[in-house]
Amino acid sequence: MSANPVKSRLSRNRTRSAWLFLLPMLVTLFVVAAWPLGRTVWFSFTDASLDMMSEARWVGIRNYLEYVDFGGGEGQYYGLLADARWWRSVWNTVLFAVVSVSFETVFGLIIALVLNQQFRGRGLVRAAVLIPWAIPTIVSARMWAWMLHDQFGIINDMLQGLGLIAEPIAWTASPDTAMIAVLIVDIWKTTPFMALLILAGLQMVPGDIYEAAKLDGIPAWRVFRKVTLPLIMPAVLVAVVFRALDALRVFDIVYVLTPNTDATRTMSVYARENLFDYDQFAYGSAASTLLFLIIALITITFIMATRMDLEGKRS
Amino acid sequence: MKPPVWQTVGFYALVAIIVLQAVFPFYYAILTSLEDGQALFEVNYLPKALDLANYRAMLTGGVFGKQILNSVFVATVVVILSLCLAVTAAFALSRIRFRGRGLLLLTVLSVSMFPQIAVLSGLFEVIRFLGLFNSLWSLVFSYMIFTLPFTVWVLTTFMRNLPVEIEEAAIMDGASSLTIIRRVFLPLMWPAMVTTGLLAFIHAWNEFLFALTFMSTDSQRTVPVAIALISGRSEFEIPWGNIMAASVIVTLPLVALVLVFQRKIVSGLTAGAVKG
Repeated sequence: MSANPVKSRLSRNRTRSAWLFLLPMLVTLFVVAAWPLGRTVWFSFTDASLDMMSEARWVGIRNYLEYVDFGGGEGQYYGLLADARWWRSVWNTVLFAVVSVSFETVFGLIIALVLNQQFRGRGLVRAAVLIPWAIPTIVSARMWAWMLHDQFGIINDMLQGLGLIAEPIAWTASPDTAMIAVLIVDIWKTTPFMALLILAGLQMVPGDIYEAAKLDGIPAWRVFRKVTLPLIMPAVLVAVVFRALDALRVFDIVYVLTPNTDATRTMSVYARENLFDYDQFAYGSAASTLLFLIIALITITFIMATRMDLEGKRS
Repeated sequence: MKPPVWQTVGFYALVAIIVLQAVFPFYYAILTSLEDGQALFEVNYLPKALDLANYRAMLTGGVFGKQILNSVFVATVVVILSLCLAVTAAFALSRIRFRGRGLLLLTVLSVSMFPQIAVLSGLFEVIRFLGLFNSLWSLVFSYMIFTLPFTVWVLTTFMRNLPVEIEEAAIMDGASSLTIIRRVFLPLMWPAMVTTGLLAFIHAWNEFLFALTFMSTDSQRTVPVAIALISGRSEFEIPWGNIMAASVIVTLPLVALVLVFQRKIVSGLTAGAVKG
């Protein structure tokens, strides 16, 4: 016999209704996320093509790696893991993620520190900073494509006006600068997000800490390094991981700004090309699966490392 | 104690640079969109012309108007559906203690980390199976993958922070959970729902990969894809003026929304991330 039958019946009822309430969401997530993911992984082990998905047959790991023996000791490896273009796009993606997130963190930190000061017109400045974030990625890619235009672009005009370059640069067309162009647009577009997250962290730092440091005559730089930075580190870290996961799956900017070049092709672009442009559905699925594994690994490591507070116990 | 003059000057110079870099590209897009013909091919820093030809070209004759409506339809329906599903789910996840809750939250969070490309081939099959290919419903359906986890996550953190007392009276009166949600929580949750709805709307409005893949005819496309696909017969015939006009048309409402709801958006964004 339960000591308090009323309460236990109540909590049983509530548990039942909890699952009832969760059901529609869980079913939806299963249909749009879990099932398609499972199918993608399955396709990556088959010979599926765009027109013959239902007749796909199991082929083992051939899409990932296969050794074809030409006879007489001659042979060659085929498959994703032996594809130089795939590894190039892995490298492009990692390079893009590391460089863009680093710059965004530094710029975001600077902007957050500025916005954390009291000054006239702060609201307006914060509003202005949000504008790049509000502009759709595709629109910013095309806006910048125009600004970076080799003949009529305003960026080349500015740089030439300042005497920094002698000849106009074909930013998006030249393989040497294509990645730089993509990085510029992405950093411009996502720094506001970073700044906002870091600003939220900054605003949780109690103001009297600064007062005390000021009274003790500690220089601002040391206060920042010894007090502010350690206190906002968790917020910065979360922002960095969010952005890094986002950067690793980058597609839109690259697809629109610099289509079809080895210099910027990322994993997502590579996968989609194979899925829908080259009719290599199974092969593209293998690329998607690998990208998923990489991101899953990073996410799990992060959640384990920070022991994220999922139950809300600490708050 | 006043800071030295050079510090003040330096600070405001920094503020000026920050504002300028944020605003200039959009300013330049507006400026370009108002130029036509030859004027387009001279670099101007200040507006010289006020020619609405590009806007006329985009809004009359073509399918761009229809494409805007497509985007509005998809984003609106996605937001309504995911809010409906998320409110009840968030209630269960935040107010009811039951086994497996932490694991469920973890699942929801991990779905929001899903790279869209990882589900693309599987979703393509599902959408063809449901006969939704080239239908706007395919986007409503597939966008749930990012709007739903996000709304659930933010609403859960919001509801968790509401005090227990607010529902105690209702529980004592024997009100059902659904009544408690409707009568007690919904009135309190409007601000959070406006914020998450707004962010989900922006996300859906901007989505590109699914919209590019699941739509095959011009009249069914949403605006990001439409703008990405505007091109000329050759590299030298790209109608930059038209592209900029289209860009300004689809961005102005967003910029306005963001400026009006600035505070709400900032709190929504940070609730989604920092509260982890």
